[in-house]
Amino acid sequence: MSESIARPLPALTAGNTFFWTSGAQGELRFQRCQACRTYLHPPVPRCPQCLSDDIEVEAVSGRATVGAYTINHHPWHPAFPPPYAVAIVEIEEAPYVRLTTNIVNCDVDEVTIGMAVQVRFERAGEVWLPLFEPRGR
Amino acid sequence: MEKFEDKVRITGIGMSQVGRKLMRDPIGMAVDACLAAMADAGIERKDVDGLSSHPGPQTPNGYSGAGVGEVEEVLRLQPKWFNSGHEISGHTGAVAVAALAVASGLCRHVICFRSTWESTAQALARGAGGGGGDPLVHGSNQWRLPFGAMSAANWIGMYANRHFRDFGTRREHLGAIAINARRNAMLNPNAVYRDPLTMDDYLGARMISTPFGLYDCDVPCDGAIAIVLSHADAAPDTRRRDPLRIEALGGQTVERWSWDQGFLDHEPLIKGAAEALWARTDLKPSDVNVAELYDGFTFNCMCWLEFLGFCPVGEGGRFVEGGARIALDGELPLNTHGGQLSGGRLQGFSFLHEACVQLWGEGGARQVPRDPRVAVVSSGGGAPGGAILLARG
Repeated sequence: MSESIARPLPALTAGNTFFWTSGAQGELRFQRCQACRTYLHPPVPRCPQCLSDDIEVEAVSGRATVGAYTINHHPWHPAFPPPYAVAIVEIEEAPYVRLTTNIVNCDVDEVTIGMAVQVRFERAGEVWLPLFEPRGR
Repeated sequence: MEKFEDKVRITGIGMSQVGRKLMRDPIGMAVDACLAAMADAGIERKDVDGLSSHPGPQTPNGYSGAGVGEVEEVLRLQPKWFNSGHEISGHTGAVAVAALAVASGLCRHVICFRSTWESTAQALARGAGGGGGDPLVHGSNQWRLPFGAMSAANWIGMYANRHFRDFGTRREHLGAIAINARRNAMLNPNAVYRDPLTMDDYLGARMISTPFGLYDCDVPCDGAIAIVLSHADAAPDTRRRDPLRIEALGGQTVERWSWDQGFLDHEPLIKGAAEALWARTDLKPSDVNVAELYDGFTFNCMCWLEFLGFCPVGEGGRFVEGGARIALDGELPLNTHGGQLSGGRLQGFSFLHEACVQLWGEGGARQVPRDPRVAVVSSGGGAPGGAILLARG
């Protein structure tokens, strides 16, 4: 990714700051319902499973699996010179929780469905973007 | 089964000029389409008592060319009921809610319209030197745009790759949909792209986002379409002697409203609409004579074929393979106007317009044979999709 041109970044809000800044501590965090233990993403005010509003933020291991991916070749935005890998990864502790992200630190041709990956944060101002790289690198 | 759809007829259709970089006022195009549809139905302004549109007021990016207020400022219909919005069942959800207004007795004749001017808006933005700095990303886009997942080509390309791996689908399968669309567009004077397209052209085009190449993606255009819905009791007052019936509408959502938390191997928010459609009719997929299915990307169209039950889920590639089955003279003529892939991205409404053209036998060189009586239409997906089953008589 090019660092000279700013990429689009999330507007931080009371509801999403925990997610976008937890990389400062090297952790990937999600909401989790304390009543039924379901992980919740994107953030919600009440658990859709049991309707409890007893929701806390918990860290996960950062391990995930590539569920789907595409290699983008079109120059949509100067911050993203192609080719690059966009993927949906499934979080190890809760595969029903997915993140759309980039697979980095490998050749785009190496990305496969089922690939074991690990979070690797990239700082962009006050935001820490959870990117993923092949596990064991 | 008695159902609200039985009280609704389609009595007129209209289309504005359609093309690339027309540099025309998109409100004017919306009005052109509305006037054409009123003329087709043989009604006048005083007869129209409702307006419905998708997705709302004109937007600078060209996605919307005109909203209800902008059209009303010209047509002065004084509607008893009106509606526009994005959170509806597909682009043609504007027609679904209008059908409810008609069936309830609130309206006798509702004009449903959709205007777009993406081609001109994008050209103007390039001329102005682009959009400047990047604004912060709000809402659900924050989960994709910071990672360069800028386009639906990226989001939907991921599902297509998964479909390839899980079901053995190949690029040639998606290519069959693109080539079929182009072949039909060549017979449609209103289509944006009418040059021949071969499988070699398709496979050799530059890659956009795997597995999608250039010809898997639809094309921005300018234009507007309008449809007149009339109450069955008011339909005899219109020009046509054979108004079309809405046999069923489907628009349920049964998945997360999300681009990454639901299905990974199909486009989301299609399945519920497709299943809800068949739950409201005794007709079956085998009764359908012509299919006009949303093809913002080739793969979207394949997903609709599968979820609407024309083939088992996962078999879409083999269903379209070679293209004979989906050709004008095949067992299921598909996107007979060229779809959005070759006809231009008229934001879902061209599929409904074309279904009416075919059922009225007005397709000219692209008219499907054997006197079609039942057509299925779909729009949307990703954002909630909607399906409509139309029938003659």
